[in-house]
Amino acid sequence: MSEAAVMHSAVEPAESPLTPESWGKLGMWIFLAGDAMSFGALIVGYGLLRYASPNWPVPSEVLGINLTAFMTFLLICSSVTMVLSLSAIKMGDRRGLRKFLLLTILGGLLFLGCQAYEWTHLITETLPERKLSFSTHLFATTFFVLTGFHGMHVTGGVIYNSCVLAACLLGRYGAKHVEIAGLYWHFVDLVWILIFTFVYLL
Amino acid sequence: MATEHAEPNYMGVFWWLLALTIIEIAVIYMPVARLVVVILLVGLALSKAALVALYFMHLKFERLTLGIIALTPLILCVFLILMLLPDIS
Repeated sequence: MSEAAVMHSAVEPAESPLTPESWGKLGMWIFLAGDAMSFGALIVGYGLLRYASPNWPVPSEVLGINLTAFMTFLLICSSVTMVLSLSAIKMGDRRGLRKFLLLTILGGLLFLGCQAYEWTHLITETLPERKLSFSTHLFATTFFVLTGFHGMHVTGGVIYNSCVLAACLLGRYGAKHVEIAGLYWHFVDLVWILIFTFVYLL
Repeated sequence: MATEHAEPNYMGVFWWLLALTIIEIAVIYMPVARLVVVILLVGLALSKAALVALYFMHLKFERLTLGIIALTPLILCVFLILMLLPDIS
């Protein structure tokens, strides 16, 4: 065969089995399934430690439900802006992508700010007042490990979204990449919904 | 992206999520048995999670097998709880 024919008879890249349009999407879903197990193990561990404990404080009396309710609302809003940014880029609306992805990042930063405030207040005032320090009760340990692990995910997500936004502005990334970043961000929101319910409300 | 479909009503899902969150907070102040509170909160939380997964993550429009991959951690966590229950003392 001529060289040209050899070049053009190359095999087509394989399609991802479940998500033909994107290998990255399947990869992200599989990662999220594993990450869900990490959070699941922590939440189940927390639940069992609490259930087995004779003197666990009532969370709604120690933790600030109002601030956390606002934080939940914040993450839900940022999930909406994330999916709207994807919707925008799919229609070729680059301004919309910029606006909504920026709002998503800001929502994440605001959430982290609220969490920092919440933690500071707990560590310096509430927990010492109620004699619930790390050394005396598992309440503090389980709370900070669970919310801290989640907070780390939010931080990672903010950095991730910022990188995707920058790459989109440079014209290097598109809808496919925003969709994958969106999956991660919605997962972070989903986990917070569960943490809010099991750690703060129940 | 996976299948051609009308875009979900994202704002509609948002309002549902907001409503379910408000109901959740109200439930803990309701004068009912603890077990009822637990069941209601778990149900509400799972509903919110399902809404985010199905509509924001577009799971509803993906292949069924992807949904099974996504659901597996939940099933495994239920097993985890059941297997650890005997160790509570």
